[in-house]
Amino acid sequence: MFRDAALVAGKDLRIEARSRVATNQVLPFALLVLILFAFALDADRGQLASVAAGMFWVTVLFSGLLAVQRSFAVEAGDDARDALRLSGLDGAGVFLGKAGAVAAQLLALEVVLAAGVIVLYDVDLTGVAFFALVCTLATVGIAASGTVYGAVAAGLRVRETLLPLLVLPVLAPVLLGAARASEAVLGTTSTTMADAWPWVRLLAVFSTIYVAFGIVAFGPLLEES
Amino acid sequence: MTTTGSRVLGWSAAVSLALTAWMALVASPADAVQGDAVRLLYLHVPTAWLAMYLSFGVTTLASVLYLWKRTRSQFWDLVAGASAEIGVVFLGLTLVIGSIWGRPIWGVWWTWDARLTSTAVLFVLYLGYLAIRRVPAEPHVRGRRAAIVALAAFVDVPVVHMAVDWWRTLHQEASVLDERRLGDPQITGVMLFTLLLAVLAFTLLYFWLLVHRYRLARVEEEAEARRLEEALVERRAEGVEAVPEVSTT
Repeated sequence: MFRDAALVAGKDLRIEARSRVATNQVLPFALLVLILFAFALDADRGQLASVAAGMFWVTVLFSGLLAVQRSFAVEAGDDARDALRLSGLDGAGVFLGKAGAVAAQLLALEVVLAAGVIVLYDVDLTGVAFFALVCTLATVGIAASGTVYGAVAAGLRVRETLLPLLVLPVLAPVLLGAARASEAVLGTTSTTMADAWPWVRLLAVFSTIYVAFGIVAFGPLLEES
Repeated sequence: MTTTGSRVLGWSAAVSLALTAWMALVASPADAVQGDAVRLLYLHVPTAWLAMYLSFGVTTLASVLYLWKRTRSQFWDLVAGASAEIGVVFLGLTLVIGSIWGRPIWGVWWTWDARLTSTAVLFVLYLGYLAIRRVPAEPHVRGRRAAIVALAAFVDVPVVHMAVDWWRTLHQEASVLDERRLGDPQITGVMLFTLLLAVLAFTLLYFWLLVHRYRLARVEEEAEARRLEEALVERRAEGVEAVPEVSTT
């Protein structure tokens, strides 16, 4: 299962490295969203700093949607999906691979985005290790549930509009948890570390649930549709 | 269910709903604190019960039964869809009625309290489920896809609930509203009876709607299959007619 996962993740990341869609389109989009928020909220610096954590995670969520869509768009061409089905790879392995590749891209994006927030919104990052933990847990959750729904919506004519409707409500707890936990180390809110830890646990629970769900459900999803 | 059975169900739902309306509007007194606004609760509570517990419970159960190989049949797929549709309609009603009630009692249409927020998320979750059901596909593909989405939504419900609960309790803002809402739990006598009657009436209504929505879904499936067959026959006939034309040119 893990060998299959590594193969699929390697393939997806290689495609991204060569096509540069993630770096040339998704990443600029994410930075653009940061700038748009500054316009929308009237770049009063104090105000931006107090909402920095929330803006950061909303941006990650939107970029995550693009990453998931992209992850299944590469399977749509040249009947790659059928090839994947015929390859004999374990369904759970394919899931872990695709979700892993999405997570890796999102984590890279979050590093850039965090730098962007720090520079543009004038906030301090006070706990790098804690923030990295929050990012990892939230990203695993986003990638896992995104990949499940990406597979559901893949190949449908309405996929671009359907995917956000399916994924975003499911990710509501991730946005809540990640934003609240990040507030403890990013921005100017009064959230303390003691407040933040329950949210980290929530993120861990969410990620575990959806990774497990994906491992079980992805095989059947890939098989038919 | 037989036609007689559903007719009996329908009539008992109608009678109990009429009785509920009379109890709620005429026989029960206005609340000491809330005044006449309390009458909205005789609608709000049963619609919430119908949507969140009955409908989505049945959808989840039917989805599991559909995915389980030994009980897989189109019946469960259609029941899951029918039940979710009823659930979404009544959850929408719950939110609207709650909002109308909240305006005079809380002074606002909406408040970010835990229960409201998680209900809103639940509403959107199941809207997504209905959207995926409407995507045309082979019945078995659609069934499996929908069942997986239903279960993915179901496992999300407790997490959403927990998240939203913490979110609000950490901020301590909703507690006043919560206390005010829970400030009148001493519901007794006629009011309690009305509420229980309303819950019973809406439960009957749910099953009546479910039976009919299921039948409609079944007929829709059959009509679809028949249309497809007719279209096939037509195309074949076109082909036969077209052959001489091709040969003469």
